[in-house]
Amino acid sequence: MSMRSNIGRVRGLGSAKSGTHHWWVHRLTAIAMPFLSVWLLASLARGVAADYATLISWIANPVVAILLILFSGTMFFHIRLGLQILVEDYVHTEGNKVAALVLITFACIAGAVAAIFSILKIAFGN
Amino acid sequence: MTTKRPIAPHLQVYKWGPHMVVSILHRATGDGMALVGASLLVACLVSAAIGPEAYGRFVALMISIPGYIVMVGLTLVFFQHLCSGLRHLYMDTGSGLQPDENRLLAVATLVASPLLTALTWALILLR
Repeated sequence: MSMRSNIGRVRGLGSAKSGTHHWWVHRLTAIAMPFLSVWLLASLARGVAADYATLISWIANPVVAILLILFSGTMFFHIRLGLQILVEDYVHTEGNKVAALVLITFACIAGAVAAIFSILKIAFGN
Repeated sequence: MTTKRPIAPHLQVYKWGPHMVVSILHRATGDGMALVGASLLVACLVSAAIGPEAYGRFVALMISIPGYIVMVGLTLVFFQHLCSGLRHLYMDTGSGLQPDENRLLAVATLVASPLLTALTWALILLR
């Protein structure tokens, strides 16, 4: 028998419900990111993106393409969670908060799809 | 519901220590990278997928003076977020919460990130 008041339930007050899950998935992506991002940084420092031909032949390598896809997906997931925390901390007008969260979620999905599609297009075409 | 209620003063009251700096930097670097870094990644990949002319324009933008400033800045921001992120993961295990170790780790991230940035760019420019 829930001890919450009806007005509290209607207003969405109370616990964050799946807050722990959010925290854990954020940590999971955080654990993956150092490996993937240091690999990407080292590759960029080596000059793989210096010109078109070099970049294309680099991405055409299946291992590279796979790692890039993993990086993009993990990064956008991590970003989405992180920006959600930012909005929840600083935006308190309910309408603005919902709009911001929807926008962020859409932008992250769009970014991930754009990145992964581009990687696949380059890899399959070469 | 925006019932504006007063909050306790925090910025005006607490003396700034390295742990506070690192905490807000972690948020700022993360969100900064989310906006600038992620956009650049998508721009790079999409322009490469479009073709050599588009990618050529992207490269030209990146090797301009503002482009270099952005790249070096992103490197610094990345290393700061990485180091303070690792510090966070370490603290998640329950370690590093005593004042001395906590402060030491915070200062360590602030020292490590410019060093790693300089090292990375030295390696890039000296190739």
